[in-house]
Amino acid sequence: MNDLAMDAPYRPAALDRAQQGLLGKPIDRYEAREKVSGAALYAFEQAPENTAYLAVVQSSIGRGRVTRVDAIEAEAAPGVIAVIHGDPRMPTGEGNSRAMSAIGKDEVFHYGQGVAIVVAETQEAARAAARLVQVSYEETPGRFDAAEVEIQQDHKLGFLPPVNRGDLDTALAAAEVVVDRTYTTPIHFPAALEPHATLAWWEGDKLTVRTSNQVIGGAKGTIATALGIDKDRVRVLAPYVGGGFGGKTGVGPEVIFAAIAAEKIGRPVKVALTRRQTAYMVHHRSPTTQRLRLGADHEGRISAIAHESVAYQNEDSAFLEPVPFGTLPLYAGEARRFRTDLARIDLPATGAVRAPGEAIGTFAVECAMDELAEELGLDPIELRRRNEPARDPTTGKRFSTRRLLDCYDNGARRFGWDQRAATPGSRREGEWLIGMGMAAALRGNFTVNAEAEVILGDDGRATVRTDMTDIGTGTYTILAQTVGDMLGLPIAAIDVVIGDTDLPPSAGSGGSFGAGSACAAAALACEDILAELGRRMNAAPEDMQLKDGVVTATDRSSPLADLVRGSPISAKGKTSPGKESQATSQASHGAQFAEVAVNAVTGEVRVRRMLGVFDIGRVLNEKTAKNQIIGGMVWGLAYALTEDGIVDPRNGRFVNPDFGEYHVAVNADVPQIEAYFIEEIDDSANPVGAKGVGELGIAGSGAAIVNAIYNATGVRIYDMPVTLDKLLPHLPPV
Amino acid sequence: MKSFNYARADSPEAAVRAGGRFIAGGTNLLDLMKLQVETPEKLVDISRLDLNTVEEQDGGLLIGALVPNSDLAADPRVIANYPVLSRALLAGASGQLRNKATTGGNLLQRTRCYFFYDTHAACNKREPGSGCDALGGFNRIHAILGTSEHCIATHPGDMPVAMRALDATVVTLKPDGDRRRIPLGDFYRLPGDTPHIETVLESGELITHVALPAPPPGARQLYRKVRDRASYAFALVSVAGVIAVENGTITHAALAFGGLAHQPWRDPAVEGALVGRAPEQAAFDAAADALLVGARGFGHNDFKIPLARRVLITALRDLTGEPA
Amino acid sequence: MRFTINGSKREADPDIRASLLDVLREEFALTGTKKGCDHGQCGACTVLANGRRINACLTLAVMHQDDDIVTIEGLGSADSLHPMQAAFVRHDGYQCGYCTPGQICSAVGMLDEVAKGWPSHVSDDLSAPMFDDGEISERMSGNLCRCSAYPNIVDAIRDVHAQEQKA
Repeated sequence: MNDLAMDAPYRPAALDRAQQGLLGKPIDRYEAREKVSGAALYAFEQAPENTAYLAVVQSSIGRGRVTRVDAIEAEAAPGVIAVIHGDPRMPTGEGNSRAMSAIGKDEVFHYGQGVAIVVAETQEAARAAARLVQVSYEETPGRFDAAEVEIQQDHKLGFLPPVNRGDLDTALAAAEVVVDRTYTTPIHFPAALEPHATLAWWEGDKLTVRTSNQVIGGAKGTIATALGIDKDRVRVLAPYVGGGFGGKTGVGPEVIFAAIAAEKIGRPVKVALTRRQTAYMVHHRSPTTQRLRLGADHEGRISAIAHESVAYQNEDSAFLEPVPFGTLPLYAGEARRFRTDLARIDLPATGAVRAPGEAIGTFAVECAMDELAEELGLDPIELRRRNEPARDPTTGKRFSTRRLLDCYDNGARRFGWDQRAATPGSRREGEWLIGMGMAAALRGNFTVNAEAEVILGDDGRATVRTDMTDIGTGTYTILAQTVGDMLGLPIAAIDVVIGDTDLPPSAGSGGSFGAGSACAAAALACEDILAELGRRMNAAPEDMQLKDGVVTATDRSSPLADLVRGSPISAKGKTSPGKESQATSQASHGAQFAEVAVNAVTGEVRVRRMLGVFDIGRVLNEKTAKNQIIGGMVWGLAYALTEDGIVDPRNGRFVNPDFGEYHVAVNADVPQIEAYFIEEIDDSANPVGAKGVGELGIAGSGAAIVNAIYNATGVRIYDMPVTLDKLLPHLPPV
Repeated sequence: MKSFNYARADSPEAAVRAGGRFIAGGTNLLDLMKLQVETPEKLVDISRLDLNTVEEQDGGLLIGALVPNSDLAADPRVIANYPVLSRALLAGASGQLRNKATTGGNLLQRTRCYFFYDTHAACNKREPGSGCDALGGFNRIHAILGTSEHCIATHPGDMPVAMRALDATVVTLKPDGDRRRIPLGDFYRLPGDTPHIETVLESGELITHVALPAPPPGARQLYRKVRDRASYAFALVSVAGVIAVENGTITHAALAFGGLAHQPWRDPAVEGALVGRAPEQAAFDAAADALLVGARGFGHNDFKIPLARRVLITALRDLTGEPA
Repeated sequence: MRFTINGSKREADPDIRASLLDVLREEFALTGTKKGCDHGQCGACTVLANGRRINACLTLAVMHQDDDIVTIEGLGSADSLHPMQAAFVRHDGYQCGYCTPGQICSAVGMLDEVAKGWPSHVSDDLSAPMFDDGEISERMSGNLCRCSAYPNIVDAIRDVHAQEQKA
């Protein structure tokens, strides 16, 4: 095992020597043909012949306990095999590596919680019978109104402890200019297009689940804990995952339900949540209230910055949205205060949704920066330039790599930022008011544990094996590119095997750490293979050149296949955080620009252009990286304009738990979007030097749009999303 | 979905005799059946009846009830003479849904009220007597005109709004073999205390056609829809306008509205404020005043009142100003 | 019940309640057609029925007796891609792949509609619609892509349309 902790900056020498020229190139996806032809198999698909269907019975009350389940009518319905309830292993909600949610209690924590399950011969029979199960409850008063619940300042939730540096109150009192604004963001559903689905079957005492999950290694342990069995008895498969966005990082209750049902009826069982069920049985992003204070002098130098928020969680769960995470290292300022208070509420769990923290925290800090710039009469980019810190202003650590200023400059030039009208509301084309806005993007980078195995086979083909997932992120492709560059093989000579917990453990897909860590582990494994090849070639690795399956060492060359014939080479690599990870402040960065048109009659907003320039360390694949970045930018667009999960405060039900009324962006909302990279390989981040991509695009893109709306109309909206009803009262008369 | 009996009808006469709920495109009915908002005991499949042509009749058009929305929107006669109808159809739903949804079915599309869809919620339309969770609840998409204390749901359609402005007539066949011609203005009911009864159709009565009279000569037509995203969303407010101006005077005005009421809304007072007057701001303001004099918001939907005013005035300006 | 699916006669005896989508996926194992919402709100289930794109989730299988259904598997296979599938690969018109078969079937059906001269909501002239990015986006808005690869989807479709115009 080539086990490398990031105790110092590191880059495999073979990556610099690589001849194959794969990394960074806009190569088509490894699994492209399977996806476009419909051959790619997702969790629910192509189950064994005798698979039964599971449907979940959900609670009809918002808080209380189940007192009785009457399944007589359901059990008698045609096609029904079993109705299961009261099994002590049945969880109340989603679990993660720490614990499964309140397993085996009869307590109802929220409306829509799974309280019983029906297994039947067909989907239609299972769903119809679920409606026939009569559940009795003892209802207790629930806390459903976010405006009414108690706010706790003293709590232990979340991974971000409060930060207090310097004397904020004094610094604000002394500041020449102060911006003090409160922003709100609503519930966001992750809303992956593939509903959460699981196929579960037992072989003897071994359980296999094929499930839509981002982090299968963690899921394996969680499932074992929930079922009270040894971890070695659980295998989790996820070869294709139809989007995750954080919603599939944990283990949904339906996974455990399916396992229990399969055990009980002695047959494979599969379940897919209905779209409306995903709103209740999958976590969502907490709504937030964020107070953002900036104090500065007349030159725009920030002396005080405070980002203080309230986020929500139910009694059954432990996550807390790390609202100010992206604000911590963003701007200078001696006095700093960051905290997130907790409010307990009796709703489905809140949890990590794409870019927890930055996705919504950037609305507050980046819109407030726009206001500060205006008060100071400074260009928003100039204000940011004046507050670009030399070291992490919160921790004092050095930055590993940080090209934020270059992103601003490059982006401003490409976008035509100099065409922005200085006076808001001054540019009009017919009914449309036109404006431009910008924002910084920042997403913290994580270094995590990951392992991979690479096998150079008899035939000269390489196989890379790790329990990573590809949730649309490009994992298959970038692993092939990494191994191809390290070993001098074309993509066609590489097999990528992922999505199976029998493979070496990786970090999974979440927090934007998957790409860097998985590719690093694969590169480290390849280093050991190169060493062995060197021995076989009788050459030092640095003297070898590898390309198209041929090794050349000074005057000799040999096909790889000849070197491995009869004795394949297998090696494992492992990457993990170390002293360098601790010593540095790491993040991906970017600059976001948007041009909007606001209809002066109706308040409808159309985004006409978006452009971003990003610093993501090494670009592993330009095509998939850009796609992900652009996808994130579109999320920011929808967060700015449309996405708004509404709770009925009378009973804790969602008002709009479907795609009809929870408005994600459609094609017509999205203009052509440009994304560019400023590449600086970050040797402190991980051995391949790649920083996180998947969540960066969402950071700041919504704020850029909200700032553009201000530039177009002169109207600042503090309550996201900016729907037309909020703009309407401020628009010119007709 | 609850199970049901299924029969395919081979003629309109057989369909009305079959005694069941008609299904053609199914895009709304199946949506609701999956949630058990609708639980018909018998479905009568009318999708293969010979009611899928558009024919010229009396200077106007006779549209078969089974003509899909996309075909109707693309019909050259509709584009030429009833562009407001094409525009309304194209503003609705998605390409896939328009390929399936039919003319008759679209007239009968049911409300998108959140609480109608949630079978645990109180809804007098879904379950008479159970109450209305939209009153006192989140009601951003709800009606501001013609509401009752029992229901504030809107009709969600676009096509019917245009048809209302075009003075369409619904042609039906009853189980006893009688045919009726029902002006669209008489077709829909206001919620009153029976919001579950949405039209004047009798039990088993089948829509066979929609008849459009000849378009008013010289009139300009417009459909404007305001919604929460650029496409694939229901109207917050929409307006269908058909207006003729001769010698500086408005001679014909037909204005119908979506998103405001339990039915495609048309108010003679709005048109009365326009006909015979010059197409000027004062007349437009008067029309808006007439439209909204009885309007009532319920909190989250208060914005529809100013929005409707702004959209109407702008539409009138577009319909009477210099052609673009 | 008989259907023609991807050119072959197929028979099934589905539950009367079964949607065309569920019969394709569960009876015929044609799982390329996806279920995203089951309510006509996402487009992942788009197939071509008698040549027209429809949502397979909002139609009963029993109503499609003798119909000619084409699914993603009928357009092309991994070894022999349809030009639209190839364009989605080239332009990276997807990420997770779940909406992709629906996007591709929808795009194929949509280009047929364009060829027939059908207008859209954004057509300035209903009787002579242009073909541009705005038209593609509007006409494809019945297909959600939560990964939001929309710009690449538009690129892919524009590319195929241009190829067809040339041919």
